Amino acid sequence: MPGPLGKDLLGLAPLSADQIRLVLDTAVPFREISERAIKKVPTLRGATIVNLFFEASTRTRISFEFAEKRLSADTVNVASAGSSVSKGETLVDTARNLEAMKIDMVVIRHGASGAAQFLAERIESNVINAGDGTNEHPTQGLLDILTLRNHLGDLTGRRICIVGDVLHSRVARSNIWGLTKLGAEVAVCGPRSLLPNAIGDMGVTVFDRIEEAVEWADAFNVLRLQLERMQAGYIPSLREYNRVYGVTRARLEKAPRDILILHPGPMNRGVEIDSDVADGPHSVILDQVTNGVAVRMAVLYLLAGGKPELADAAKKGGA
Amino acid sequence: MPRKPSVVLDARALDRTLRRMADQIVELNAGTDNLVLVGIQRRGVQLAERIVRIIKAQEGVDISSGALDITLYRDDLQTVGPRPVVGTTQLPWTLDDQHVVIVDDVLYTGRTVRAALDELADFGRPARIALAVLIDRGGRELPIHADVIGRKVDVHPGQRVDVFIEELDGRDEVLIAARDDEA
Repeated sequence: MPGPLGKDLLGLAPLSADQIRLVLDTAVPFREISERAIKKVPTLRGATIVNLFFEASTRTRISFEFAEKRLSADTVNVASAGSSVSKGETLVDTARNLEAMKIDMVVIRHGASGAAQFLAERIESNVINAGDGTNEHPTQGLLDILTLRNHLGDLTGRRICIVGDVLHSRVARSNIWGLTKLGAEVAVCGPRSLLPNAIGDMGVTVFDRIEEAVEWADAFNVLRLQLERMQAGYIPSLREYNRVYGVTRARLEKAPRDILILHPGPMNRGVEIDSDVADGPHSVILDQVTNGVAVRMAVLYLLAGGKPELADAAKKGGA
Repeated sequence: MPRKPSVVLDARALDRTLRRMADQIVELNAGTDNLVLVGIQRRGVQLAERIVRIIKAQEGVDISSGALDITLYRDDLQTVGPRPVVGTTQLPWTLDDQHVVIVDDVLYTGRTVRAALDELADFGRPARIALAVLIDRGGRELPIHADVIGRKVDVHPGQRVDVFIEELDGRDEVLIAARDDEA
């Protein structure tokens, strides 16, 4: 019997607005659990969850692990280095071997877009995508949206601008899918070399100049400039990037309204965002981290227990 | 045997019952020192708030009342179909050495109370926990009993007890109805 989100959480693109709202609403009471002296409820007692991380991650992996432990699940972390993955085992073989040890859920991060769906169609366990290539990072998108909703209220008609390296960003894609489904207006701003060609097809506005975005937005979601992009020639230099696209206090002071500042982390202070903005009064960056645990608890809760037929899962994946 | 729902308590009877329950809670506790009321989501929360108001009017003392959502402590989470909606838990003070009275609308199998006891234990170590329910309909599946009972009714498993309260439903009334009769 599949839960209200189906068997897996692969992205925000396959979810309906109601399903997204359900996760956000469910996350609210879960925030309170992390405030308790005993930060633990017995909900997932006896469930075993494998965190399968083929790419480096600190924040997301720790956040998932806290969420799992606060729901009383048993967790195992598998990183690609030091596992048989480094001996050339395929993704499916790794997962099937884990399943043979009777697990219930897999949280997967992988460098290839579509890896989570590929896995979800082939194993019975619930699969949660913790970031696949440049495709999606749904729990990050959900925690960003929850943070926006906490501060801005109903997001219908609210204006969110995603600033920076949209081209390589699964966070940007999950944000765009989720926010547009909830009726928000979404824009992107960054150098053309870091914006996908077909970005207009996702129903977003494009700003070439950050000054225009400052004029327009209620909130900025500032993306990390992946430093390895500079070597690849997408931008001339970090200093020039900061001069043209950096989110600085001087720029924000020209805004007609207070702009809420989000950043998925890790930050490059002085590159895409200045320290006095990151630590400033309108920054909700640490709130995002707190909400991250609550959102992941909500997702685990909503997915757990549902075990549909494999065929169902494959069908849903295509939607 | 589909029959018209029968009224167990109308608005005035419900008010009278809550007043008696408030008196009994204060008596049971030998006063209002260290007394804390914890309502179970949903209708228990509003009933607890009403009892607090009655005690305030009678004794001139402010009692704390909190809200407890027991969803995450249910013993049937692995088997129920759609995931139940999780409500708010609000217990902003320590429960250590307090006299806690759990307030709920209907006591039936006792499983909700079992979950509430487990959850309260994660918030501290009260000196004592008592249970006050508006309706005790029998049918216990666990060794649990109420200390303060508003009304005891015999209801067979094919029927259900519907509690309506002003704050959520726009009226005060307790009915017994046939189970499939989705009124």
